[in-house]
Parts: sequence; structure tokens; C-alpha cells
Amino acid sequence: MNINTEMVDYIAELSRLELQTGEKQAMTAQLEQIIAYMDVLSKLDTKDVEPMSHVFPVKNVLREDEVEPSQDRAELLAGAPVPNGEAFLVPKAVD
Amino acid sequence: MTWETVIGLETHVELSTRTKIFCSCTTQFGGGPNTHCCPVCTGMPGTLPVLNKKVLEFAVKAGLALNCEITRYSKFDRKNYFYPDLPKAYQISQLYLPIARNGAVPIHTAAGEKTIRIHELHMEEDAGKLVHDPWIDQTRADYNRCGVPLIEIVTEPDFRTAGEVIAYLEKLKETLMYLGVSDCKMQEGSLRCDVNLSVRPMGTGELGTRTEMKNLNSFKAIARAISYEAKRQIELIEEGKRVVQETRRWDENKDATYAMRSKENAQDYRYFPEPDLPPIELSEQYLEDLRAAQPELAEAKRARYQADYGLPEYDSQMITSDSMLARFFEDLVALGTPPKQGANWIMGEVLGALSARAIEPRAMKLTAPTLARLISLVGEGRLNRNTAVKVFEAIFDTDADVDTYVKEHSLEQVNDDGLVRAVCAKVLEANLQSVADYKGGREKAFGFLVGQVMRELKGKANPQSVNAILKELLTQ
Amino acid sequence: MVLRELTALELGAAIKKGEVSVKEAAQAALDSLSAQDKALNAFITVTGEQALDRAEKLQDGAKDAQSPLYGVPMAIKDNICTRGVKTSCASKILGDFAPPYDATVAGKLANAGAVSLGKLNMDEFAMGSTSETSFYGPVKNPWALDRVPGGSSGGAAAAVAAGIGWYAIGSDTGGSIRQPASYCGVTGMKPTYGTVSRYGLIAYASSLDQIGPLGRDAADCAAILDVLQGRDPKDGTSLDGQYGTLLNGLTGDVRGLKIGLPVDCYGDGLDEEVKAAVLAVADVLKARGAEVVELPFPVMEYVVPAYYIIAAAEASSNLSRFDGVKYGWRAQEYEGLHDLYCKTRTQGFGSEVKQRILLGTFALSSGYYDAYYRKALQVKAVIKDAFDKAFQQCGLLLTPVAPTTAPKLGESLCDPLQMYLSDVYTVPVNLAGLPGLSMPCGFDSKGLPIGAQLIGPHFGEGTLLNAAHGFQSDTGYHKRRPGENVRRDAHRASLQKGGEPA
Repeated sequence: MNINTEMVDYIAELSRLELQTGEKQAMTAQLEQIIAYMDVLSKLDTKDVEPMSHVFPVKNVLREDEVEPSQDRAELLAGAPVPNGEAFLVPKAVD
Repeated sequence: MTWETVIGLETHVELSTRTKIFCSCTTQFGGGPNTHCCPVCTGMPGTLPVLNKKVLEFAVKAGLALNCEITRYSKFDRKNYFYPDLPKAYQISQLYLPIARNGAVPIHTAAGEKTIRIHELHMEEDAGKLVHDPWIDQTRADYNRCGVPLIEIVTEPDFRTAGEVIAYLEKLKETLMYLGVSDCKMQEGSLRCDVNLSVRPMGTGELGTRTEMKNLNSFKAIARAISYEAKRQIELIEEGKRVVQETRRWDENKDATYAMRSKENAQDYRYFPEPDLPPIELSEQYLEDLRAAQPELAEAKRARYQADYGLPEYDSQMITSDSMLARFFEDLVALGTPPKQGANWIMGEVLGALSARAIEPRAMKLTAPTLARLISLVGEGRLNRNTAVKVFEAIFDTDADVDTYVKEHSLEQVNDDGLVRAVCAKVLEANLQSVADYKGGREKAFGFLVGQVMRELKGKANPQSVNAILKELLTQ
Repeated sequence: MVLRELTALELGAAIKKGEVSVKEAAQAALDSLSAQDKALNAFITVTGEQALDRAEKLQDGAKDAQSPLYGVPMAIKDNICTRGVKTSCASKILGDFAPPYDATVAGKLANAGAVSLGKLNMDEFAMGSTSETSFYGPVKNPWALDRVPGGSSGGAAAAVAAGIGWYAIGSDTGGSIRQPASYCGVTGMKPTYGTVSRYGLIAYASSLDQIGPLGRDAADCAAILDVLQGRDPKDGTSLDGQYGTLLNGLTGDVRGLKIGLPVDCYGDGLDEEVKAAVLAVADVLKARGAEVVELPFPVMEYVVPAYYIIAAAEASSNLSRFDGVKYGWRAQEYEGLHDLYCKTRTQGFGSEVKQRILLGTFALSSGYYDAYYRKALQVKAVIKDAFDKAFQQCGLLLTPVAPTTAPKLGESLCDPLQMYLSDVYTVPVNLAGLPGLSMPCGFDSKGLPIGAQLIGPHFGEGTLLNAAHGFQSDTGYHKRRPGENVRRDAHRASLQKGGEPA
């Protein structure tokens, strides 16, 4: 797998991360090395293996549809970087 | 060249559960911003989702009603993207193993019958609401709606006209409301529709490049957006340009669609199985129980009303236009009301009173036993119909006891033929001119005499017996 | 009575008997903290006053306490939410975030009468094996201040080793409890996936994360796990451990127990001193009546890549919520929404975290999902299968925890791949959701602790703790403490005697 800076730009954009030029080169090299190492997996034949997302056969964990009191708004908003009594604030996000 | 429009729909329906899909906050519409929220639905670090049992049940019921195959082993996946209405920066949805697939919805349009294929139906969580505040030039994020359960119903590209789309949506709405899984209020956003549309020369098999239209809040908007967008695409192609695959927003005020910013178009959602939610495995028994509990849907009711009760098609249509009305009607019939009489009362007085008050059938106070009693008093000859209508108006908002009301207001019909005969004789004596007119061939005079008798008896007489007695006396 | 020489259970018993007040215990822990933590940097937040207040309130109930850990001072890793108390994940991006709710385990510990001293330093977002990636500076190993304590629960292991509090609660995604326990000479345990609620644990990799105890010996860990375990309605992946009370089951009797030595875990890259010490555990247990069998475990080559793909992929999604909108830190300067996200995340995350986010985003991105993420999930199934086969032949597995003892500060970060590889013995346990225990089993020639790992089948916690208890009944490694003022030379002499059966 060949990792170039274009690829790193793309995944950085998806991740909402910005890399400075120097940093980008180092990151590209490191990712390339790591991903090359990850490629060892392709040696293992897993043609008939079902991907395992959950290690346990736990299933159907359901909750009753019963209302519980919501949390105090002031407490939920207390950690917001821009203080406001009612809502979380962001720069213009509506078309 | 003639063009064919090809349309597929993605409909999001809010389920009417009491609580959100993954936490126990209320789903009630309204409320101050961020007052129906907890650490889970605001995406606080460390919180985890737990699936609401009712959401699963409602989704399966909807799937069954839309003739889908229910997925016996189903899972949730994460759809990753950054936007401030999505506090976790991923939406829990279903991509790989949606709860239902391969359904079919028959629709009727002026052009005839047609079946719309359902590609899939899946469960997911709703996002929050963003409101821009021009005063502070900031957008406010309100997470009350965040985590309200949705089902998304995706059709195959089977529609060719706006008429078909509307017929499908009406059918869908009716079905989901009958199931009791959603109130389908478009104005409150509990039924929302994205329209995928492409055009192609009539007769070609291949699909053209499609666009997706969002922000369609009414049937009217959907119909207009479809006609606008089809025209736009045809013009583009005829000018030798290309249709770009993109998401477009419908602007109600400008009556036009326009492209959303390309940044929001370039998406790679990086779906992967949601590790925080164990899979769902449905037993045959579970499905059997839900199948057995499935309510009779509008279509079946209409057929039954016509076959079993002899109602005209028009009446059955009117009564089944709302599941609560249909239930009301069936309750009346169960209480012994002759079906046609019940239907007449519903279509006349009940719908009239509801529309005068601008309320939905579900909000009606009047109960079936009360109306059934009123109708039976008329049948027994104890109230005449005009008085009964007045009683109806008086008790509609309170569901007061009919007998008590009639008694307290002394409204019971006078069935004492002797008394009626005496009053008739008195009226004839006092109105000799009218008697002469009637005998001289003026039918109108008869109506006047009936009116006078009814007035004397304060409207409580049975009009039929007044008619009969008057006629008898006049021919003597 | 010298409090710091007691185990948590011994201190709990003394508190119940009234020989020590809860406040005395808390004060002793805080004294130890102020004496040592400047050097160790094990804590991010110290809640000393709250601890003393709480100790006072708890005193009345001490006599009738149900929990054997009632009144015992302890501390919690800083990725576990504590209501109103700063929980930072050792990241700049969380700023002074004080969660509006308690993690389920925090509630359980409070009910059991725990007295929390504060929040423990760690690798940022638990990503690291050295506790050097913390925004709040690296943690030092109490056995040698120029060495790392391991990670990511480095603060937890260092605090317990140094006698700051009697136990700690950590989290383990790929070895984050077991490996620092090994580097710091304490006993630590990663329970079976799901048996301890993750509600309130700030997720690194949801399918692998598990909360667990770090304590002075196996008995302490059993008692702590008794408090932590149990299905939580707020965590859909949680389940009942089905193993009853662990503490009551500790007999140390291992007669008839088959101990498996996976030969593939004793090959290249393993330090000879570590190997010898770990294999010596088998001898001690054999002497107690256990049987030892060698068996193949042919998947070791794949465990690290599979682990890092899955962990990074889940992390890339789990860490997306840190965007400067709802809580934590926001970049000072930005233009518009997109820039707010990018600036906040770029400046708020450290480079190790960013690298894993990028790796994870890559593994999930369109066109690569099947070759990397889906493949890793298939390999995970193969690894679980290998364990299932192994446990048909034995009751538990004995392996090293890490290939070496604690490296020097700064040594590991320059070669991330090397650092990833050092997790080779611990990560397969998380992939298969198994319980794993790390216990001190010797010291190397530098005087640094060596850890042995016991791996059990699902819900095999009782077997692991019992075997460890048996081993600890016959040996004294777990009782050894680093000096208050660590001076390696002074240590060395006393260390020569270490490792002989007590």
C-alpha cells in the first residue's frame, strides 16, 4: 500500500485535522511504515471467516420505553466553551 | 425528444415512542432548547446508547405492513460526519443489515394501479436542530430532537410522476398512522422526504445522473420541487450540459432548488458496525406475535365496511381517512348503531364539529358510547333528529351523559298521540286561512302548519306523527 | 501499624475494627502523595479536601460496613467520568471538562465506601504504552525515575506502587492495565469484556476497552472486582460475570489446573531475564499441584496489526465528538465552522492521538474498509478461535506481559512501530474479550519489576485470581516496594534478595 501526501490530505480532511508541511511528510512516512506492517494481515486466508464485530453472543439488549427526567440544562451546558444559557453556540452553520 | 422522470424516495419518519431511541429522555415536540436532553443524547464523553424496545417493535411493524422481509439478524452501524447538529459526530444508523428489506407498496393513481418497491427500511437517530441567531451571528444548537427515533424508508426508483409520489406518501402516511407508529406530521417534521430524481429519454433502460433534494416539508413542496427539478435537468441536457450528482435544497420561497455547498457534498461516511450496541436477533415467535397483533389497515377496512355493512365506497373512504375515526365508527357499530346511521353521523355532525373546532379526531372528547346512545334515542323515537343534533352540539366538547342532558333540558320527544292530536286541532282552528290555502292546493301551507305544531310542542314532537295527524285532520 | 505496608483489604479490616480511622488513612495517603507526586506526576487532579470531607462522613458507617474496602483511599484514571470533578483524558482538548454525570463504576465505588484522592495521569486518550503522551507531562516509574511506568494507566500503576492510595481503577484497551502493572510491580487485571460497565469510560476503542483494578495483590484485585462487576442497564454490552464473589473463592488451590505455555509467546524479541522469571511462575504453580503443558498459538504475528487497525478505527470515530462545541477546549482563532473544527482538533490533540485518528480514518475510508477494517475483524475471529482451541487444552495461559522491563523515558516514542510491537502479549486478550491478569514475578538485573500474565477463558476471573493468589502465597515479589526516594544504587543491594519465596 502506497501512502502519499494526497492520501494523507484526504484522510486529514475527513478527520478535521490540519498538518503543517513538515508534519505532513513525517506523518506520511510513519503511516506508510505502519500500514505496510499492517499488510501482514493479507497473508492470512480469511475467505470463509465471518468478520467479528462483537466478541460475545450477547444480543437483543433493550430498554423499556419509559421516560426518565432529563438533565438540568445548566449542568449540560456548563462545560461549553462559549457560555450561553440555552444552547451550544457555533459559527454560522445554516445554509 | 420526450423525457421520462425517474424518482426514488427516502422518507424519514419519526416514531411516536415516549422516549428517544438510545436514552430515556422524552420525545415530546417543543420544550425550551436543550431541556429534553441528557449526557447520552448530547454526546457527552463516556456515554453509551441502549436501544428502546418500542423502536424495534415499531420498525418491525412498519416493515411488516409495507410487505418487507424482516431481517432476522440485524445490526447498527455508525455513519461518521462532522456537523454541529450531530453531537457525537456520528449518527447511529443501519447500513449493512437494516431491519427490513424488499417491500412493496401498492398505490392507486388516476392512471391506475402500481406497485412501488421498498428497497429497505432501517432504524436511526434524528439529529438536533440548528437555528441561526443573526443578532449574535452565531448558530444555536438545540439537541431536544437529537436521538428521537426515526425509520428511514428507501424506495427503488419506481416513480415516474409527482402524482405517484404523492399517492405513495399518502398511502405510507395512512399505513403508519393506522399502525400507531408515527403521527406523520409534516409540519412538525415527523415525516420528511428526500427526493432522488433523474431524467432519461423515454424508452431507455439506463438511469440518468440523479440529484437529491432535501428540505421538502409538504406534499405541495414535493410536487413543485419534482416538476422544477425535472425541468431543470431536461434543460441542462438539451443545452448539451451535464447533470451533476449533488444534493440540492428546495427553497419554498423562491420556488427553486439550488446546490448545497460542495464541501457538504464530498462525503465518505466511513460506516462501520456500532460496537456499543449488540446485534438484534428476532425469533419467529416475536415476528409471529407482531404479525398477529398487526391492526387492520385502511384498505382492508374499506373493503370490509362495504361488504359487511353495505356502506357506499364514499362513506368507507371518508371514515377510514383517519384511524381514530375508523375506530370510532367500529365502536359505534359494536354498540348496536346501524352502520349507515353511524356513518352519517360521523360524516355529518362529527366531521363538521371537528372542522369547526379545527381539531384532530384523536383530540376529540366525545366517545362512541355517548354518540351511540344519542343515535339510539332517535331510533327509539324518544328524540327527534333536530333535537338530537342540538344535543350533539351541546355535549360534543364535554362527552356529557346524553340521558341526563335530555332529562335536564326536558327534550324528550312527545309521543302522546292524544296530546299531539289536540295541539294539531288547536293549530288548525287558529289558522283557518292556511287550512283554506292548503285545501286550495298550496302545499307550502302544510309546512307552515307543521311548524306551528312543532312550536307549540317546543320541537319535541315526532315530525312524522305530526305530519300524519295533520293530514288526517285536514282530509276530514 | 505502618499503614502503607498494608494491603487494601488489611486496611479495610483495620478501619472496620476501629484501629485506624478513615480520615487517618486518607491523610496518610495525601501525605504520601505530597511527598512523592512532584517527582512521579501520577496525578492530574488531586481532590484532597473532598477526600478528607468524605472520610469524615464515612467514619460513622465504618463499624457496620458491608464492603471490605470501606474507607480505603484510592484513585481513578482520568478517562473515567466523575461528576463535577475534572476528567481530562490527559488531553488539552478536554480542557477543564467536569462531567455532568458519574461513570457507573464511580457510583459503585462510592457505594462501597471508597475515598477518592483524585484523578490519575495517563497517556492521552489512553493511546500509548508509556504514559508519556499526556498533555500534563509524563509519569515516572517509582522504581526508577528515569524510566516510564508503562501505559496507558501509568499514573494508576505508579500511584499504587508508590503507596499513594491502596488501589486504583484503570482501563485496558490493549494492555493498559496489565503492562504498567508489570512495569511498576503491582497486580492488575483486565476483566472479561462486558463484565464491568463502560458507562462513563471515555472511549478509546469501544469493542476492546475494559475497566479494571490495579492493586497490591490478587486478593485486593478480587475485592475491587467484586465491587466493579455486574451488568449495567446503561451499557448494552455489559453482562453479568457469572462468577459470583471472587474474594470468597480465593483458596490458592491450583491442584489439577492445567497451565498452558503458548510456545509462540516465548520466541524472538523476548528479554531473557523476563522469560526466565515468567517461566519460573510455572514452576511455583507446578509445586502447588498444577500441571504445565506447552501448546501452539500460531497467530501471534497477526495480533498487533489487527489490534491497531480496530483500535484506531474505533478511536477515529469515538474521538470525533471532540470538536470545541459542547465541552472542553476551543481554539482561540478560527474562521467559520470548518476551521473551528480543524483548529481545535489540530491544536487540541497530541501527535500520537492524531496519528491514530488518521490511521483509523484510513482503515475505514471508502476503498480501504474491506482490506483493512473488515480484514482485521476477520483476523479477530481467527484469534478468538485460537484461544478457544487453547482453552480446550488448559485452564489458563501463562505468558509475559511485555517483552522487556520498563524502558527509559523518551526511548519508545521515537519508534511507534516498536512501541506497538511491545504490546504483542497483551493485545490478543482484548481482541478475544478475555480476562487477563498481570502480577509481579521477579526483578531484572537493573532492579526493575517483571510481570507475568495469566490469561483465562471468558469469565475465568476466578481461576486467574486464584492462581495468582496461590503464587503470591508462595512468593514475595508483590510485597516489594520502591523506596520513598528512589535511588537506584541504594535499591540494588536490597533487590538482590528479591524473588525468593517468602
